Amino acid sequence: MIDALGDPQSVLLLGGTSEIGVATVRVLAGRRLERVVLAGRASPRLEETAESLRRTGVGDVSTVHLDAERTDEHAAALEPVFAAGDIDVVVMAIGELGDQAAAEVDPRLAVEIAQTTFVGPMSALLHCAAALRTQGHGVIVVLSSVAAVRARRANFVYGSSKAGLDACAQGLAAALEGTGVSVVTVRPGFVRTRMTAGRTEAAFAVEPDDVAAAIRSALRDRPEVVWVPGRLRAVMTVARLLPRRVFRRLPG
Amino acid sequence: MSEDARPLGGSVSSHVLTGWGGTAATVADVVQPGSAVEVAEVVRAAGRRGVLPRGLGRSYGDAAQNAGGTVVDLTRHLDGVRLDEASGTVAVGGGASLDALMRSLLPRGWFVPVTPGTRFVSVGGALAADVHGKNHHADGSIGRHVRAAELVIGTGDVVQLGPGDPLLDATLGGLGLTGVLTAATIAVQPVETSWMTVDTVRAPDLDALMAALEAADRSSRYSVGWIDCLARGPGTGRGVVTSGDHARLTDLPASRAENPLAFAPRSLVRVPPAVPTGLLRRSTVAAFNEAWFRRAPRRRTGEVQSIARFFHPLDGVARWNRVYGPAGFVQWQAVVPFTAADVVGEAVHGFAAAGAPAFLAVLKRFGPHGSGHLSFPQAGWTLALDLPVGVPHLAALLDDLDERVAAVGGRVYLAKDARLRPELVPAMYPRLSEWQEVRHRADPSGVFRSDLARRLHL
Repeated sequence: MIDALGDPQSVLLLGGTSEIGVATVRVLAGRRLERVVLAGRASPRLEETAESLRRTGVGDVSTVHLDAERTDEHAAALEPVFAAGDIDVVVMAIGELGDQAAAEVDPRLAVEIAQTTFVGPMSALLHCAAALRTQGHGVIVVLSSVAAVRARRANFVYGSSKAGLDACAQGLAAALEGTGVSVVTVRPGFVRTRMTAGRTEAAFAVEPDDVAAAIRSALRDRPEVVWVPGRLRAVMTVARLLPRRVFRRLPG
Repeated sequence: MSEDARPLGGSVSSHVLTGWGGTAATVADVVQPGSAVEVAEVVRAAGRRGVLPRGLGRSYGDAAQNAGGTVVDLTRHLDGVRLDEASGTVAVGGGASLDALMRSLLPRGWFVPVTPGTRFVSVGGALAADVHGKNHHADGSIGRHVRAAELVIGTGDVVQLGPGDPLLDATLGGLGLTGVLTAATIAVQPVETSWMTVDTVRAPDLDALMAALEAADRSSRYSVGWIDCLARGPGTGRGVVTSGDHARLTDLPASRAENPLAFAPRSLVRVPPAVPTGLLRRSTVAAFNEAWFRRAPRRRTGEVQSIARFFHPLDGVARWNRVYGPAGFVQWQAVVPFTAADVVGEAVHGFAAAGAPAFLAVLKRFGPHGSGHLSFPQAGWTLALDLPVGVPHLAALLDDLDERVAAVGGRVYLAKDARLRPELVPAMYPRLSEWQEVRHRADPSGVFRSDLARRLHL
């Protein structure tokens, strides 16, 4: 259960090696966390991540093999996770920034990014939503992005995929009203991770720990949308109103 | 998933439930059976997420929530009250409120043996929490006054329990996890009037407050101390002790002696659903506490007060819990043995230093423990206060205090809890395993469940 101060006892991290996801688990590990399930493609990194989380004192850390693109396998992968006990928090952290330039040359790569960032996550989210609804409680945290809010030249394949996921999360939040399950959409700006390493930093860049801290307080307050840093809400409200020509000339 | 294949969204009978603190909402199917037989049918038809009785929802935390399962509400149909003056007992339905009980009993010259700080609790809830009142040092908790109880247990059987029965002891303070209490017989006390004679003493610091409470316990049947948890420096822990007894006919002024047993309390005001955020800042609460402290006389004896004013001052403000805003609040109540009174001081200093905007906190001395396995009161000092969940570092502050309380053989009140570390429960409640054995016999397949039980691994 998630207690009155927002501390959960179990977390399912979809995208089990995601730096933001793992940072979130670490923040919660010092509190009431007893069970962590890392879902991701079978890889040594997934097992290493599990091992490192065991050292934080969480009693039960396990992994489950889930490939976002293989949506027909999602039910079989996720069902045992919920059968073994309640999941208080689901963190959806699957996504791929990809290579925009390459995708423009070879649209098959664009499809791949959309599969990994939008279609696969939507499938997994719907499976989890049904399970949490049966539990009568829980929070689904969906990692979206500022890139989802207004398409940009530099990364619109990723941005449009995140926009799909963001819209899915909004709709899911509405669908789950009155079921005891909340959906929190998290829209970080530029986060310094493996995924963004080597890229030009945008304004308002943050660390994975900043996103994790924002998620932790969201587990208590359950806002529908969280921007990280919080100032981005105002910035993007203005950005959305700018004429297209002006918006395109903005740096970042 | 596949076992529950239907579109997302709630069902008609599903209700979002929270405790009085308004935190950690979950959803359950609420049913309102009309009899013990119908309750038994609900229990036999229980699904995988189980069943839980719920009274009037005055537990602060998640004790009366059952996420994804069934919640049995008896307050609509099983709310009868029948007084037997010859034996001095009252037979009540598990869903009857103490408010209804008092309205029925007082005009006939009887009063409940124990009342908590609100009349708006059900009999089932009062027994499930084994509630205490200002007379705990003299009369114990409500469990001591139960003469018989009817319980629908996990097998679907309806069983009759009496004093000394292990299942009754598991039920008193058992948080609704031993079954659905459909009826009880409770010993009541005769009173001459519906008034109290009240003494008030203002205490400039915590030591003076504790000394005044000790003195009050020797002279009065009812006593309580109110602490200003925001006062710092030499005035830390300052407060007001009120103590009293039921007024005799001869205590009443002529104007009231004509109708000495009148009892018709009303809610004077109601807190609106939307309270401006920021109302509960340290500064505003400190100003309130200051005014309240100054209003109390340094010493006054024999004031005649109504029962409602003396026992249930907050019941005059409907939905007062909304004052804390939509994010809600937690109540922390702990008891420590008399030998560990310094922990009370550490807690009061801790809250004062944190600047937590706590309205008046309550301090009281308990008498000995009752027979309930998980019953909260035990001989010692008990401190209770409400804290908005947004107080910075609240989780760590309360965790630290829990550890100190457990280390000296104290405990926190589970009926008020919403955030305790589960590992501390066995230390705080040494009879936990005994309770678990009795509960398992009455409910071998684990039908009765609650969010609190899931959270604390009861």
